Amino acid sequence: MTSDVMGASIKRVEDPRFITGKGRYLDDIKLAGMTYMSILRSPYAHANIRSIDTSKAGAMPGVVLVLTGADIPYNPLPMAWPAGGSSGVVNNINMPRVLATEGVKWTGEGVAAVIAETAAQAVDALDAIVVDWEPLPVVVDAEKATQAGAPQLHENAPNNVVFNWTVGDKAGTDAAVDAAEVVVRQRVVNQRLIPNPMEVRGDIGVFNPGTDEYTIWMSSQTPHIQRLLLAAFVMGIPETKIRCISPDVGGAFGSKIFCYADMALCLFASKALNGRPVKWVETRRENYQSTIHGRDHITYLEIAGTRQGEITGLRVKTFANLGGRLSTIGPGIPTTLYGRVLSGCYKIPNVYCEVTGVYTNTTFVDAYRGAGRPEAAYVIERAMDLFADEIGLDPAEIRRRNFIAPDAFPYDNPSGLGTAVNGEKIYIDSGNYEPAMDLALKTVGYASLDKAKTDARARGKYLGLGLSTYIEVCGVAPSKWIGAVGEGWGAAMWESANLKVHLTGKVVLTMGTQPQGQGHETTYSQIIASELGLPMEDVIVQHSDTQGTPFGYGSYGSRTSSVGGTAAVKAAGKVREKARQYAAHMLEASVDDIEVVGAEYRVKGSPEKKKTLQEIAFALDLGFSLPAGMEPYLDETAYYDTPNCTWPFGTHIAIVEIDEETGKVDLVRYVAVDDVGKKINPMIVDGQLHGGIAQGVGQALWEGAVYSDEGQLLSGSMLDYALPRASWFPNFELGETVTPSPVNPLGVKGVGEAGAIASTAAVANAVMDALSPFGIRHLDMPYTAPKVWRAMHDKEARS
Amino acid sequence: MTEQVRLTVNGVPHEISVEPRQLLVHALREDLNLTGTHVGCDTSQCGACTVHLDGAAVKSCTVLAVQADGGSVRTIEGMAPESGLDALQNAFWQKHGLQCGFCTPGMIMVASDLLARNPDPTDDEIRHGIEGNLCRCTGYQNIVAAIREAASTLRAGAAAPVGAHD
Repeated sequence: MTSDVMGASIKRVEDPRFITGKGRYLDDIKLAGMTYMSILRSPYAHANIRSIDTSKAGAMPGVVLVLTGADIPYNPLPMAWPAGGSSGVVNNINMPRVLATEGVKWTGEGVAAVIAETAAQAVDALDAIVVDWEPLPVVVDAEKATQAGAPQLHENAPNNVVFNWTVGDKAGTDAAVDAAEVVVRQRVVNQRLIPNPMEVRGDIGVFNPGTDEYTIWMSSQTPHIQRLLLAAFVMGIPETKIRCISPDVGGAFGSKIFCYADMALCLFASKALNGRPVKWVETRRENYQSTIHGRDHITYLEIAGTRQGEITGLRVKTFANLGGRLSTIGPGIPTTLYGRVLSGCYKIPNVYCEVTGVYTNTTFVDAYRGAGRPEAAYVIERAMDLFADEIGLDPAEIRRRNFIAPDAFPYDNPSGLGTAVNGEKIYIDSGNYEPAMDLALKTVGYASLDKAKTDARARGKYLGLGLSTYIEVCGVAPSKWIGAVGEGWGAAMWESANLKVHLTGKVVLTMGTQPQGQGHETTYSQIIASELGLPMEDVIVQHSDTQGTPFGYGSYGSRTSSVGGTAAVKAAGKVREKARQYAAHMLEASVDDIEVVGAEYRVKGSPEKKKTLQEIAFALDLGFSLPAGMEPYLDETAYYDTPNCTWPFGTHIAIVEIDEETGKVDLVRYVAVDDVGKKINPMIVDGQLHGGIAQGVGQALWEGAVYSDEGQLLSGSMLDYALPRASWFPNFELGETVTPSPVNPLGVKGVGEAGAIASTAAVANAVMDALSPFGIRHLDMPYTAPKVWRAMHDKEARS
Repeated sequence: MTEQVRLTVNGVPHEISVEPRQLLVHALREDLNLTGTHVGCDTSQCGACTVHLDGAAVKSCTVLAVQADGGSVRTIEGMAPESGLDALQNAFWQKHGLQCGFCTPGMIMVASDLLARNPDPTDDEIRHGIEGNLCRCTGYQNIVAAIREAASTLRAGAAAPVGAHD
């Protein structure tokens, strides 16, 4: 391995095309004969469709096709991750159709589509479609939706319940809570968020009437999975008949993992038009209404312990709002990725969690950056602060007293990570939490906090400090776990890599993962350059096209570096081994006598007898002289199924100041100490942390999707949804500890989600600390100035 | 019904027929195939479509193509000199000022305008100067660092940023 490549902050190889305007995103693609699709969406949150009259729209200028749900013979979209899977939990499943047929369950559900010669003509013709609606009663709040008398969305889901899922030891936790010296209870709301990648979603569908094959360009995190889901589940054709291509993806944050109706609609329309390409690009308003949302939990938490600050029990009841119908893996997020990691980095002996998934007349909810783990971190980190406040203990000290000790790993989490098919436990494999917290406390100057508060008061500000000592489960996931617990795609979760050394010595790595801004082309090149001793410019990384890349489950869940990266390492190892064997043949030496130094394959003790990888590749490609049994060409594929998830951790500290006159909250300092294991490219790791922190801070202070009681999305545009801007943040101060992951040879853990998981709770705890002089124990996010000011001045506004 | 519009884009004169309702951003992307200028929203909030019109940064989704008739437009494709990159492009690369790259052209165009008006901005001035442009990936920190770096490079070279106020 060449150490100057691995672990170096190398400039990204992707960037030249992006900084010169030559990126190629979905909407930049133009095909001959292209048509444009626009979708008519429901203005009602809950309504029956009495009739749809498309006759006038069909006669509008440029219109080539008008479709309604009755025209589409496809199946509903598939449910790929029901809660509890095989564990016996009943899921009352209702999936969207490609276009709604009988009725709609949220504002924005698609009911008709127009395909026209230009995008403007398609939009114009939507206005000519007449729908006779029968509006129905609406419910948007998950807790209210389960109560008697609430409007009912689906016949197969009494009280709008999707599932009731539990994890942990109920009897033990009940006993621990009953017996505890101190129990603190709080209702907390983790509000609904809109992911907001800067590039919206879109598709281009093309049917080839000559071969009966489909090609779809899609802004997606998971082209291989979409091929499978669209073909086998929605369209009912072999997956060999569909090719999925993701061009440059302009951000995703989870929202582009899923199977969406528009994908199938573009393919159906192209077939109906005998193969003319059909392009659809959503507007930002459509993105807000009909691409997934995240979070939206109402939680009742109870945390129990001793007056000395030993936590003995955690009991949680959560209502998870999943929307009007389900998104592809909606039920998996508030169950497996939430309830199973609720106790965080703390040694809490008794944990019990009950989650009710709920239908409401809102947009479907699925994975948004962190996906379940930010919700879990928010619950436990708020709970620790509430408990510390109750017993008068310092928030850092209560954490210190309850951390899982560094010698307690592997740690079997009582909220139940589960047991694999072969009986093997899935456990938290490593961690060392106190050094990270101590470094963060030292960096922020924790010892002088009281003075900082006093100084702030002199300036008319209330200063507060908040801690978040998070862990996350990422690098998802061992297939044996997914299969055994029955919680996952209903499939495996390995990754793949193909590595070819061409005749010239140039190397192509082809991956099943799918970047969305993370710089995979750079980090994978670093891995391969290091493994094969080559300059980075000799390595090209290809991805994102199901034709020509090995199957992969895609990029989400902070899994690409640990699972995909290890597949790349394995492929390089196979290449190296075959090259070593062939070098022995070329040098007339025994294989055991060949040593690999960088890109040179040398005879031990005779360093002048050597062949370079390029010479070996050249000769192997020609194949003029091959040892018995050896195939020509240096081309190896590896698959990697991780034995365990990875467990990043760290301590984030936020300092906020609240203006005494206006209630405005300013984030004035942010210190993050993260342990994400070894880093392939520290510059890229820091960038991931920056972005994740900003999104998490956004939830705490500004963001929130708001529905009216009638189910209208009031925060339905970027004018109304408070997406964070540059002037709202200080510079984040990053530090690190490095505990290499024992799970994979790279020692990496994953970093895409860490910032977003940690930061929301840190800022929330800081705001509550700042408001402690007012006797305010808890407020729900976001902490907008009107909400904070009202709480400061009106006891009734406090919870 | 269409209107004839004359535009000089990145130094090249064009005459195109557009509907009166056609936005400048769509004229650039659809009629002139300059797809480096992006559309990120429909309410003029995100700034992904920022270009220079007659030397000043504008959101090209809030300008009708007919309004730009006779004007001079510079887009991200016109930022780099014949060989190499301009100071801002290079600084965004050096400082990891981009991740998915979708907001990047707009960020570079607005930063270019900022540095033309204020060659030595503080971090706070940079943050306020780009707050009409949204980025969801970077948390803005490395964008600010990149603009600060470009400002320093440009001051050292005493060269105006390419594109703005020309």
